[in-house]
Amino acid sequence: MDTPYAIEMLNITKRFPGIVANDNITLQLKKGEIHALLGENGAGKSTLMSVLFGLYQAEEGIIKKDGKEVKINNPNDANDLGIGMVHQHFKLVQCFTVLENIILGVENTKNGILQTDEARKKILELSEHYGLKVDPDAKIQDITVGMQQRTEILKMLYRDNEILIFDEPTAVLTPQEIDELMQIMKNLAKEGKSILFISHKLNEIMEVADSVTVLRRGKGIGTVQVKDTTQEELSRMMVGRDVQLVVDKEPSHPKDTILKVRNMTVASKVHKNNAVKNVSFDVREGEIVCIAGIDGNGQTELVYGLTGLEPVVSGSIELCGKDITNASIRERAKEMSHIPEDRQKHGLVLDYPLDYNIVLQRYYEPEFTTSAGFLKQKEIRSYAEKLIEQYDVRSGQGPITIARSMSGGNQQKAIIAREIDKDPKLLVAVQPTRGLDVGAIEYIHRQLIHQRDEGRAVLLVSLELEEVMNVSDRILVMYEGEIVGELDPKQTTREELGLYMAGAKRDDRKEGMDA
Amino acid sequence: MKTKKQLLKNPTFQTVLASVLCIVLGLFIGFVVLLLINPAGAGTAIKTILLNWMTRGTTAARLKTLGNTIVKTAPLLLCALSVQFCYKVGLFNIGAAGQYVAGAGMCLYAALAWKLPWFVCILLAMAAGAFLGMISGALKAYQNVNEVISGIMLNWITLYTVNIILGGSSLTKDPASPYTVDLAASNPKGVIPSLGLEKLFSNNRFVTIAIPLAILIAVLVWVILNKTKFGYELRATGYNKEAARYAGMKEKKNIILTLMIGGALAAAGAAFFFLTGYEKWSTTQTSVPGMGFNGIAATFLGGLHPIGTIFSSYFIQHITDGGALIDKSIYPSQISDLISAIIIYLCAFVLFFKTTLTIRLARQEERTIERELEIKAEKGGDNE
Repeated sequence: MDTPYAIEMLNITKRFPGIVANDNITLQLKKGEIHALLGENGAGKSTLMSVLFGLYQAEEGIIKKDGKEVKINNPNDANDLGIGMVHQHFKLVQCFTVLENIILGVENTKNGILQTDEARKKILELSEHYGLKVDPDAKIQDITVGMQQRTEILKMLYRDNEILIFDEPTAVLTPQEIDELMQIMKNLAKEGKSILFISHKLNEIMEVADSVTVLRRGKGIGTVQVKDTTQEELSRMMVGRDVQLVVDKEPSHPKDTILKVRNMTVASKVHKNNAVKNVSFDVREGEIVCIAGIDGNGQTELVYGLTGLEPVVSGSIELCGKDITNASIRERAKEMSHIPEDRQKHGLVLDYPLDYNIVLQRYYEPEFTTSAGFLKQKEIRSYAEKLIEQYDVRSGQGPITIARSMSGGNQQKAIIAREIDKDPKLLVAVQPTRGLDVGAIEYIHRQLIHQRDEGRAVLLVSLELEEVMNVSDRILVMYEGEIVGELDPKQTTREELGLYMAGAKRDDRKEGMDA
Repeated sequence: MKTKKQLLKNPTFQTVLASVLCIVLGLFIGFVVLLLINPAGAGTAIKTILLNWMTRGTTAARLKTLGNTIVKTAPLLLCALSVQFCYKVGLFNIGAAGQYVAGAGMCLYAALAWKLPWFVCILLAMAAGAFLGMISGALKAYQNVNEVISGIMLNWITLYTVNIILGGSSLTKDPASPYTVDLAASNPKGVIPSLGLEKLFSNNRFVTIAIPLAILIAVLVWVILNKTKFGYELRATGYNKEAARYAGMKEKKNIILTLMIGGALAAAGAAFFFLTGYEKWSTTQTSVPGMGFNGIAATFLGGLHPIGTIFSSYFIQHITDGGALIDKSIYPSQISDLISAIIIYLCAFVLFFKTTLTIRLARQEERTIERELEIKAEKGGDNE
């Protein structure tokens, strides 16, 4: 029996209590092609891959390998069938070398002693053949994210996997590294490997994939050839309606300076050295300033320093003309709203009901607390109801829903409602669209631009290039704790931005521009 | 069908269901243990444990025994509230046992050596408990020392300190025995008044206003935790310290304050017990009294709710006293402790069941709503 398909998942249905995660989905991966799996968060991509990997068993449907039906009961079965996966969060042992990580689980031993010579030879061959540059003896903790990813890819190749799954592989990479990865994927396909590429980034799919299967809310919407489709069509298939990929906005008209940061240095909790070094910048009324950069270059600490979650080592911060360098979190919060990076860690008390979370920044105000210190439950409830209505926060039981039981998108909406309704002078939004679907992203971008147009100052910290380019009025690039460049999104390119992000290019900014 | 779901969703119902379920299961397993030790007496024994004072012959004797159980319920309730108050703020106050000892030492010393009136003794005891709580709290807040470790250490330090202080003076220690001197004889003003309550329990003079006071405190704890700004902050700190900090709350201050309040509660429990004169302090005891530890059990069985804890404290004291009445020639006296231990062990499991149930019901609901909206959007959404 000859078939063009390496793997086929036919009519897969997987139910969880109260939800059909995969509803009669069919996915056919041709040999030697790059097949994209596109869908929003919660569309069922992960469930489908977990079924393929044997982590879940489908209630209905069959899986075929090379035309023959197979049973995959656990990940070992998947490995035996030659299915390998690069997870979004790498599964690497930090204190092991690249080589040790690659052979982990399939080591050769002789009398109990590890034999690495053959493995080293094979790894070097593979690495040369596919253009996957790695140093086999470097420790994972010392190498770049890009090299870690190449290690993951080599792990699959070392095991002679034929079917390679890439789960959102570009999320952690610089534009240059993304280009490199795209090339690697094309090479792999040319060599006959079959690739499943899970993504929600349309431009990447258009660039690298041959065909694409779209999922929406657990259903297979269809499979199309990339050469016959457009980004607009794909996004319509993914979301179910027309989505504006680029939110319209008028040019900004910045006025007075709201936030003035001078020579700020913030220590890092994780590392011993300073994570933010001598940073100066301004944010004015009516503009969106975006801090761009690859994850872990000091953005988090910069925000902690601004909002007071971490003390500033040196330098000064001025908000609305007042020095807040050593002010308490609550004092700062009077004029500053903060949409935190981690909504579950900082943004919400997950075990509190929604209404209590909505007043989290304002519960102590006379509007919600009597002078005797009692909470005004009725006022809290009706205020929450107002915001829920106004910002379309959906939840099971309205204001009394426990926040933990809400979906990520609605949790984020609740935070945004809370922070915007505080009517701040400065809005600090850290990765406000992380993990959200296209519809919600569009909504949040609109809100940010609306806040700007209302005359507020917005400081946006983002890792998403699209977001940086589309939403901001001014871009500050952070690299290793310093601001290495200031760019105008209308005049720069993704490539130029990438060079700054990777530290390959830097301007000599005058610290303290107008001070 | 709908009403059944509504009922299942009601948190109070869930808690009661969970607690009753683990009591029944615990008693059943306890019964099996009794059967294993001696099948012949098991039926009578479990009945004695369950009936406690009801097994007494006369009404007067029944009421008197019930009175004794209630006298011991008051300190247990306050220890349970101490553990609970801290637990709501994410702190495990195993130091309640030591705070109880500090309270006992302080109130007895104040009453016997200084001859102070009962209410001053209670306040001093609470201050002593709060002081211990402050030590654990400050260590936790500023040095991130686990409050369980510091609590256990302080339990022992406190026990021996109290033994030394109470044993070192002839005002406090009876020279002929290891016990403290009789409170009523030494300082009648130091005894908590009964205001006629003893008449309800056939003149059991140990039944005092400590009991209604303890219940009042339980209600007060509930109000503070659930109705005030202070409680909102404390619980937010307990659920998510980082989010509390993000919202500008002083989480370090809250941690110290919480353990201080916890300490004061447990110590008040000791005062409510020792200032009735029901028991004297043995200055040679080498183990921390179990009251604080039993408080942990009572608070979990009470579904971590102050009002529920009133009932669970009584229940645990009830079966503990009942256990003391069973035939010691057949069963070891620890059997009632064993049964309550089994019940507590099951509690953790049933609480887990309750949480799972709540989350599952809420998720289902959210999805139904999302789906309805989706259907609506598909019907009329084209013109959007």
